[in-house]
Order: sequence, then structure tokens, then C-alpha cells
Amino acid sequence: MSGGFRRSPAGVRMSLDRAEKAVLANLIGQLRQLLGELPKGDPGLAELGISENTEAPADPVLARLFPDGYREDGAASGEFRRYTEASLREGKERDSDLVLRSLGEGGEVTLDPERAQAWLRVLNDLRLALGTRLELGEDDHDRFRDLDRDDPEYAMIVTYDWLTQLQDGLVHCLWG
Amino acid sequence: MTSAPMTAERVGADEETRPDLPWLTIVWNDPINLMSYVTYVFQTVFGFAREKAEKLMLDVHHKGRAVVDSGTREEMERNVEVLHSYGLWATVKRDD
Repeated sequence: MSGGFRRSPAGVRMSLDRAEKAVLANLIGQLRQLLGELPKGDPGLAELGISENTEAPADPVLARLFPDGYREDGAASGEFRRYTEASLREGKERDSDLVLRSLGEGGEVTLDPERAQAWLRVLNDLRLALGTRLELGEDDHDRFRDLDRDDPEYAMIVTYDWLTQLQDGLVHCLWG
Repeated sequence: MTSAPMTAERVGADEETRPDLPWLTIVWNDPINLMSYVTYVFQTVFGFAREKAEKLMLDVHHKGRAVVDSGTREEMERNVEVLHSYGLWATVKRDD
């Protein structure tokens, strides 16, 4: 996989081949499915951005994407979650819509600042999801060096590394 | 999922605190977020110069956490909400 981001006078240019786009679209689809598992609660309150849920999600990836707002204060954390979880989820859905739309455009795509931010956050969410599933720890990368290519974790770590390169490349483009 | 200490130690006085503003935004180290990305997020969210953002990122990386802002509780909750949207592991804490 060789595509990525580069700077141009018009903004950040995204260029990925068909296979790379398909991998990203597939991962985003999985992320959207996972986001759909969050409890939605009362629709009237949801319109105001308030959910009834005060508990951290049981799924470790969702728990990482929707972390507690306080440590050592369950009540404050629960209140924080009630008022922020719905809008956090909506933001992730909006971001992934923007990224999916740019994946659907042909050839090289120029990202305006809003879309570049959406790309950054979505790439990060995908890395958080894969890294959490792999139970990645600090300086843990050697654990994967001798993995058999048939091991399901092998494909995950290769994808994770690729997402890391893409995201780091995008950050450096935005720095200029 | 991180080597960050789970203790409730008092935050060091050398960090970004103002005594009249009793609530803090804390960012915790985690093994997934990229150093470049965390620096960029600090620049974007707080308007820090790259050098200051990099120093705070390294504090998070080496010390397990760093105070990145202080202010009212509402301001700190807003910070944490934005940092969560970028996937950073942030919490609000009263500066006691």
C-alpha cells in the first residue's frame, strides 16, 4: 500500500488506490456498526444531546472511544456522560460520513480544513479500535514480529501500522 | 490499557495551573495515540505554539499524565469533551 497524503497549493491531497479505499470503507463500516450498539435512550432528550445512559460501555473499544470524564468520581462521570455521549457519537458519525464521501470521489481528492480534521479523527478512532482489540501496550510492538501470516492478528497489526503511517503523514501535511 | 499510574497524587506545581482556577484538564498517556497527533491536537484545541504543545505531549508520555489547562469546571468539561472527540484520554479534576 503506497497511497497517502501530500501538500499541494490547494490544500491536503488524498490519494489512495482502490484496495486502500476498500479497506478504509470496510473498517469505517465496522466502526459505524459498533457506534450503533451504544444505547440511544429517550428520543426527546437525545434531540437535546442528553442521553439517559451514565455507564461506561462494556465493550472495550466503545469504552475507549467514549471514556469517562472523571476518575475516582463515578457520579460526576455519569453526569458528564449523560450530557456528552450523544454529541460525541454524532460527531463520530458526521466525521465518518465525510471520510466515506471523500473515499467515494474519484482520483485525487483535495481536503479542506474541515475534511482534514474529520480524516484525522476517523483515522485515530480506527487506530484506537484496532489497538484496543489487539490489547496493544506501551512498547508492545515486538509481540507481533513473529506472528504467523495466517494469524488473524497479523492482518490487524499490518492494518494498524498502515493507519499509523497514514495518520502521521496527514499530521505532517497539516504542519506544512 | 496503559502504564499510566492509577494513583491520585497531587499534580505538580510546575505544571499548567493557576491557583485562582480550581479545576484542571488532565490528559493521560495511552499506548495508541501518536506523539505527532497528540501534539497537533494540543495546538488545534488550545491554540498552543508547537513547542509548548510538544513539551506537554512529552510530559504526558514520560510522566503518565499532564495538566493541560485550568479554569472553571464548565470550561474543563468543555475541554475534555473536545479532547474526547479527538480520541485523547482526558479527564476533569478538582485541583485539591
